[in-house]
Amino acid sequence: MTERDIEFKVFRYKQGGAAPAHQTFTVRCDENTTVLVALQDIRRDQDGTLILRHSCHHASCGTCGMRINGREELACVVKVFELGTPTVVVEPMRNMPVISDLVVDMEPFYDRFNAAGMPFIRESEYLEEAEVAEGLETYMRCENCIECNLCVSACPIMGTDPTYIGPAALAATWRVVEEPRGLDSRPLLDWVDSQNGCWRCHVAYECNEACPSGVLPGDKIMSLRRELTKRKFRRLFGR
Amino acid sequence: MAPFHAVIIGGGGTGAAVAHDLTLRGMKVTLVERGELTSGTTGRHHGLLHSGARYAVKDKESAVECIDENTILRRIAPGSFELNDGLFVALTDEEAAYSHELVEACHECGIPARRLTREEALAREPNLNPAVKLAVQVPDATMDAMRMPLRFFATAKHNGATIKPYHEVVDFVRRGNAVSAIRVRDHTSNKEYEIGGDIFINAGGAWSGRIGAMVGVDVPIRPSPGVMLAVYGRLCNMVVNRLHASGDGDIIVPQRALSVIGTSSWVVEDPDNLGLPEDHIQMMVKYGSELVPAVRTAKFRAAWSAARPLIGPRGADTGRELSRTFKCFDHIDEGVEGFVTITGGKATTLRGMAETTANVVCQKLGFPVPCPTRDYVLLPHTAYYA
Ligand SMILES: Cc1cc2nc3c(=O)[nH]c(=O)nc-3n(C[C@H](O)[C@H](O)[C@H](O)COP(=O)(O)OP(=O)(O)OC[C@H]3O[C@@H](n4cnc5c(N)ncnc54)[C@H](O)[C@@H]3O)c2cc1C
Ligand code: SF4
Ligand code: SF4
Ligand code: FES
Repeated sequence: MTERDIEFKVFRYKQGGAAPAHQTFTVRCDENTTVLVALQDIRRDQDGTLILRHSCHHASCGTCGMRINGREELACVVKVFELGTPTVVVEPMRNMPVISDLVVDMEPFYDRFNAAGMPFIRESEYLEEAEVAEGLETYMRCENCIECNLCVSACPIMGTDPTYIGPAALAATWRVVEEPRGLDSRPLLDWVDSQNGCWRCHVAYECNEACPSGVLPGDKIMSLRRELTKRKFRRLFGR
Repeated sequence: MAPFHAVIIGGGGTGAAVAHDLTLRGMKVTLVERGELTSGTTGRHHGLLHSGARYAVKDKESAVECIDENTILRRIAPGSFELNDGLFVALTDEEAAYSHELVEACHECGIPARRLTREEALAREPNLNPAVKLAVQVPDATMDAMRMPLRFFATAKHNGATIKPYHEVVDFVRRGNAVSAIRVRDHTSNKEYEIGGDIFINAGGAWSGRIGAMVGVDVPIRPSPGVMLAVYGRLCNMVVNRLHASGDGDIIVPQRALSVIGTSSWVVEDPDNLGLPEDHIQMMVKYGSELVPAVRTAKFRAAWSAARPLIGPRGADTGRELSRTFKCFDHIDEGVEGFVTITGGKATTLRGMAETTANVVCQKLGFPVPCPTRDYVLLPHTAYYA
């Protein structure tokens, strides 16, 4: 296993302290070192005051979203060597209030998300031909969206208009429309059929690019638009 | 006004459940966690909601504890579990023969267990190793390792508890033989201050030895990490376990559209320095592909380590041995008042561990309130942020 020293330029900020600034640390890395592990190493060996969000370490909880070399990433699955740069720049997500260092306040994300009433559990689509085991109605699994906020951070509209509902909540809304599970999706469709809803998106798909979990929020926004257009026509023709 | 103030150190599943329990019992509760909530071992485990089958043959007490808590959690945290059940898969004649012992032991513990023929098993899980002889179906499930405990935090918070992430305990203040306050550093502002209380609960998991050392008591914990591997693709729908006597963790837990394979075990000194041995990652590929051959060719997503708190022998072990599966130490046996440690256990049994701890706390404080958490449906995880 090869080892190399890598320089990390990390965004630092403490409430009531000096203005935000980047601080440089040097960390010994190998092929397996992820940006998350490198940041934890900094915390252990160099500066115990550095804070960041993390939990699952395998792209499942969505807490470790940040900007690495200017791109929206989950720090737990980005290997330092694969970035290919001698210096790695680490910053908090955009379009969110920064609490301190790499930690953002997720409240605005969940405010929008709660409004969509997204069902967290869904039917599992794994292998159509598989039989469901006796005693179970159907296999259920958790939603693909891991609520990481990376799409919101990457979205340029979000940056200029904080009233925009944004890709994650719009994608969650589409999930409810697509698979309502007893929820009434009509008020949700009304909610997104607005200037700060799905018509605000400029369709360049930065969100699809940023999403680590294959949700393709941009595509879901297009599905919502199609659904709303259908609805409009149905209304026009009184059906 | 709440009669007592309980201060909990450690924001993993155990701390979360203790905070919820004591808040419902009517105490004022403050919990401090040095990082993000569930950033210790809790967020990082396999995500298996144990049915108890894994322990049924060798450790009935653990098995019964698991199935009890499994049933309670499904009731109080609906929506936090993938409803997928688990399979124990026999690949050799020896393992097939052992299935009788397993099914019988499960039934003795009250764990529903059903034997499936090779054909039945393959019909349900077409990706299984075709060499499968038979399988046993049990009520395992996949849990959301972070969001399930987050519901305990959310509910505690809405009932009045104060939850403080990014607050690290750096020292304890003692008055006479009693702990009277913790000294914390708020990492969001770099400020240090004290939080006083009537009882201090160390829920520091693999770090609980270090926290005990700050008070000067013996918490005989050694961090024992395990490696896990996540690959792309939901290679099975049920939790797939190897059916064998050793009970070692050869397991594939499907989580969302990933498959998580675990795990190994060794011992380290520093819970903040677990490492990630390359040969253990390879071992996971080997274990996993024996159960589901597609693991070998599946695309790598992540490999990581997480530390169990391994409980060793204790100098002054006159403590309350309330369970073999986890330990709740009242450090009064070392002459320290107002300080309790809860450690060991599993994510599956967090509520039960909290019940035991809260009982000890209430008894110490002379505050006899029964445990209210068995039927209390938890708020959704999103409520934590609202
Ligand atoms: C490899 C592996 C696989 C596992 N798989 C499963 C499974 O599939 N199912 C299952 O049910 N269980 C599983 N477990 C067990 C389960 O993960 C643990 O029992 C459980 O998560 C422990 O939770 P805890 O809250 O006690 O500890 P932790 O989650 O570790 O919480 C302790 C917290 O204390 C904090 N802390 C430390 N020092 C300080 C300080 N000075 N000040 C403030 N806070 C501090 C830490 O940051 C940490 O968040 C597994 C364990 C391992 C190791
Ligand atoms: S496609 Fe729409 S939602 Fe996605 S990033 Fe662009 S503007 Fe934002
Ligand atoms: S849609 Fe994708 S990027 Fe956006 S929050 Fe969900 S998982 Fe994250
Ligand atoms: S730590 Fe969970 S997604 Fe990275």
